[in-house]
Amino acid sequence: MSERPGIVIVGASLAGLRGAEALRRGGYDGPLTLIGDEPHPPYDRPPLSKHVLAGELEADATALPHLVSLRARWRLGQPATGLDRAGRTIRLADGSDVPFTKLFIATGARARTWTEQGADLDGVFTIRRREDAVALRRALSRPPERVLIIGAGLIGCEAASCCRDLGLPVTLVDPNPTPLARILGTVVGEVLAQTLRRSGVDYRPGARVRALVGEAGHVRRAHLQDGGAIDTDLVIVALGAVRETAWLARAGLVADSGGVTCDGACRVLTREGPPDVDIVAAGDVARWPNPIYGGRAITVEHWGNAVEQAAHAASSLLRPAQPKPYVHLPAFWSSQFGLNIKAVGLADGADAVAIVQGDRASRRFLAVYGRDGRSVAAVSFDQARWLPAYADRILAGAPFPPILDATDQRRIETLAPGFPPLRTERPVLEMAHV
Amino acid sequence: MRVVVDLNRCQGYAQCCYAAPESFALRGHEILFYDPAPPDEARARIERARLACPVRAIFVEAADLHAADVQESDPSKVDLPKVDRP
Repeated sequence: MSERPGIVIVGASLAGLRGAEALRRGGYDGPLTLIGDEPHPPYDRPPLSKHVLAGELEADATALPHLVSLRARWRLGQPATGLDRAGRTIRLADGSDVPFTKLFIATGARARTWTEQGADLDGVFTIRRREDAVALRRALSRPPERVLIIGAGLIGCEAASCCRDLGLPVTLVDPNPTPLARILGTVVGEVLAQTLRRSGVDYRPGARVRALVGEAGHVRRAHLQDGGAIDTDLVIVALGAVRETAWLARAGLVADSGGVTCDGACRVLTREGPPDVDIVAAGDVARWPNPIYGGRAITVEHWGNAVEQAAHAASSLLRPAQPKPYVHLPAFWSSQFGLNIKAVGLADGADAVAIVQGDRASRRFLAVYGRDGRSVAAVSFDQARWLPAYADRILAGAPFPPILDATDQRRIETLAPGFPPLRTERPVLEMAHV
Repeated sequence: MRVVVDLNRCQGYAQCCYAAPESFALRGHEILFYDPAPPDEARARIERARLACPVRAIFVEAADLHAADVQESDPSKVDLPKVDRP
């Protein structure tokens, strides 16, 4: 075995694990080290906001299977705090330095926390890590008098679904007109809004929480911006995620709270411009120009991207002379209120949506999104088997709508998708360091 | 043993539910619920389920795959220091 330090992967979740496997599969036989800030071996996160909250799975049941023998050195429970690119070392929180020959960045993201008034109160939760889910599950089983969920994205809606399954009163507050409005538009989001109400969720669209106030250190009430108030003793903050890039602040790489910027082959860009061909990134933390969307730099915080991009980044690391563009059609799934919601492509920015199978009234349908006459995304509510056919057409840049005269297809209804206007204020980049 | 299903790929054909009903179940029209940590005795049934999946969405860890790994930190003894954020 070589004397060189070998490849180090920082981030021991899905992307880090699948990246390590791809390196071994790709023929890498040298030293391989995985560094993780959490003390646990890689585990699967999607069940945390579903079956773990519902009490159907223990939090420690979701450890991810290894698919090849990694022959790796694991340093878990040690966050990386810095990268010395010139010296080729990673600084860990305990002060030790880990040398590397090549670096694979897979540090992912962390939950965006509540930073307004009441951030320090007990009874305020996020859902990202195993410990978050354990603590929230314990608090839900006490049980609370009313759960308040802030944010009607995927995690917020899944949490609302679990809480209703547990018989708990739930209020869901979100500034947009419908759930998932920013990723799927209000035409599709309205189906979920009706589902929430039918399931007994006190859903408050167009509302914002201004402050959380407590008694004896525990949350008791939320004040809304419009002056209203909600009595609650358990708050779930579901406001998305912030990428874990703080440790790269002084590394001379292009990185900020929105991700670490890569070239098309997942190699991280230096501030001087060109990529460092010995450093790649994959998963939630990686921002790269996706050829499917005209080279627009995006991050994709979904399970499927962590798996695929990790394999691609591993290949770029092993074969630096043959960088290939990473072409990825984003995809996600969510189960909530008994519905299986699956999507492919990026719908935001679409100018039209067509219901191409089923209908919204039955809550079983497939909708395709178009932009400038091209098909760019599709979402299925309990119609998953149609989705791959539409994914193929979207990947091929087919005209919108892409498939006509399909079996069982009715007259296609085309609508404006109803995306909320872009926020005028720029999101606060609490740790921008580009 | 460890199992994960790629639920992007899963189309709800439910063949796994016939092969290993104690570990895989379909809910609603097409939501797959599965046990990611079935007992080792279930390995033969889980393997049948993996092979029965028409879209190959089920991934199972082979036995004794970790033999060559080195743990440099004992997870039970680690405290979690805060990352130094600028």
